[in-house]
Amino acid sequence: MSRVKEALIGKKSFIGFLTAGDPSIDKTEDFIVEIANAGAAIVEIGIPFSDPIAEGPVVQEANVRALSAPGGCTTDMVFDMVGRASKKVDVPLVLLTYLNPVYKYGYERFCAKCKETGVDGIIIPDLSYEEKGELLEEANKYGIDIISLISTNSGDRINMIAPEATGYIYILPSEDNVAEGELSGKLLETVGRIRKLTDTPVVIEFGANTPEQIARYSDIADGIIIETRIVKLIEKYGADAGKHIYDYVKKMVDSI
Amino acid sequence: MSKGRYGIHGGQYIPESLMNEVNKLEKAYEHYKNDPDFIRELDQLSREYAGRPSLLYYAEKMTKDLGGAKIYFKREDLNHTGSHKINNVLGQALLAKKMGKTRIIAETGAGQHGVATATAAALLGLECEIYMGKEDTIRQALNVYRMELLGAKVHAVETGTMTLKDAVNECMGEWARRTEDTLYALGSVMGPHPFPMIVRDFQSVISREARAQILEKEGKLPDVVMACVGGGSNAMGMFYEFINDDGVKLIGCEAAGKGIDTNETAATVNTGSLGIFHGMKSYFCQDDYGQIAPVYSISAGLDYPGVGPEHANLHDSGRAEYVPVTDDEAVNAFEYIAKTEGIIAAIESSHAVAHLMKIAPTMSKDQIIICCLSGRGDKDVAAIARYRGVDLHE
Repeated sequence: MSRVKEALIGKKSFIGFLTAGDPSIDKTEDFIVEIANAGAAIVEIGIPFSDPIAEGPVVQEANVRALSAPGGCTTDMVFDMVGRASKKVDVPLVLLTYLNPVYKYGYERFCAKCKETGVDGIIIPDLSYEEKGELLEEANKYGIDIISLISTNSGDRINMIAPEATGYIYILPSEDNVAEGELSGKLLETVGRIRKLTDTPVVIEFGANTPEQIARYSDIADGIIIETRIVKLIEKYGADAGKHIYDYVKKMVDSI
Repeated sequence: MSKGRYGIHGGQYIPESLMNEVNKLEKAYEHYKNDPDFIRELDQLSREYAGRPSLLYYAEKMTKDLGGAKIYFKREDLNHTGSHKINNVLGQALLAKKMGKTRIIAETGAGQHGVATATAAALLGLECEIYMGKEDTIRQALNVYRMELLGAKVHAVETGTMTLKDAVNECMGEWARRTEDTLYALGSVMGPHPFPMIVRDFQSVISREARAQILEKEGKLPDVVMACVGGGSNAMGMFYEFINDDGVKLIGCEAAGKGIDTNETAATVNTGSLGIFHGMKSYFCQDDYGQIAPVYSISAGLDYPGVGPEHANLHDSGRAEYVPVTDDEAVNAFEYIAKTEGIIAAIESSHAVAHLMKIAPTMSKDQIIICCLSGRGDKDVAAIARYRGVDLHE
């Protein structure tokens, strides 16, 4: 079983997300440690991209901050940093990036570098199921999970995506799970369909932020992720965000 | 490999939340493109609303002045709304209606696709929202007001470089958020399959007509067919029916901005490299880490860091040639065709005219060039004046 799946299966987890290089690559390393120490099961680290088409405004702006920071933030800088961070934390690390930076880096080289630096999985929002063949072979060779994405409008596509999913299944935010943190029928149906097809853990991304809402979501999911909250703390407190991130993650972990 | 390939290019590299929609669109298109009612309705709209067929105009004065090949212009600038964009938009808007959609959204650069979309939406009774980079809303303020006059809502996109690529980002995001009642009417031969195919098919009317027209006028095929290339829709439309005519040379003219040896360029084929972005594998202007480059051209319509996948393949196979044309050359051509032929051509199309001015004199008098005038240049007059140091604002 992959480290990613193992970290999630049979319990309820909180997953942290942050954008690398915001406000600096060294601070990202510190923040990863804070997130892990506060009890997150996995840390997702975004490699900043010029055109993060699937992100909302909060993460988009974090990408801009990271890329325009002094010295910028390159894929190599992220790998170097992750290589250091993975030695300080026990939880699996997952990279979130778009396909072009991976393609340009070279699929084989990227996956080899993931293994070398202690990355366990990658999430690529613009890699559709149909195009997964792009780097599946290389990912398998180095034991890196390509996290499958499912949307509440995926419908029958779940039947082909879920059985092949490794690591965890990431349920994308949509109108059905971003708004008020209420569970929608469509979300429940989507999770229900996935459960019938696979034991791969299900992680839901959504926009809720109160402990009560968290508890509701964690009832049906193995893990939850709130992509914007840690990023917002970094936006607000910059280099001093560490303590705030720890407190926030701790609160979320405790309410699951 | 997935559907919609042109050689190694194309594909469907998009978020999962859009996959069902593009599949539905493909299915609907495959059905309606053979549906006699759809074909008849689109043909009627093209003729009686958009003004097709467009003229194939013999530019006698330019031919004499340049002293070489015989020059013909395919006058897409004379279409309703002033550019070739209407060809595609009427098709997509009609398709949207047939699919039961009530709302269309679109990106726009220069505003020509936005205006065309707003026009088709007004005619067919669809709600319409246009995404336009904030930078472009300033460069093309008149077109913004024009779209609003037509009943569309215009969103000024303030992310990234605030130009066409960012408008595409926003539009894809909006479509992912709201698929039920909405169709994304993409304006060029780019994006995920089936868009490059659909847009090319709707634009191929340009070469279908031009091929028949030149055979009627000259009794033979042209030696060169040329057009400007941003995403590449007018060029694909202009090339398509000539691709199998081996003797016809195809030339796409890219916006080189301040030159292909500078950072201020949008010449994708000449300066870019292979990448995967906006749903397709193709050539893109980007850095060593795959960050999409902030491209530049005087022309908002060619100011795009990628090129349609079918063009990328025509380049790979050598079937078409892609040449860079600078701002300066395009502005000179803009002025030249105005003074010589009495045609104010779009600054986009003027890129093709500029290259035509280079090659026509090198060709013999019995040779023929057809150049696509993709749009009219009224929208560009103020910007050209400013380029020449005249303090003129709309």
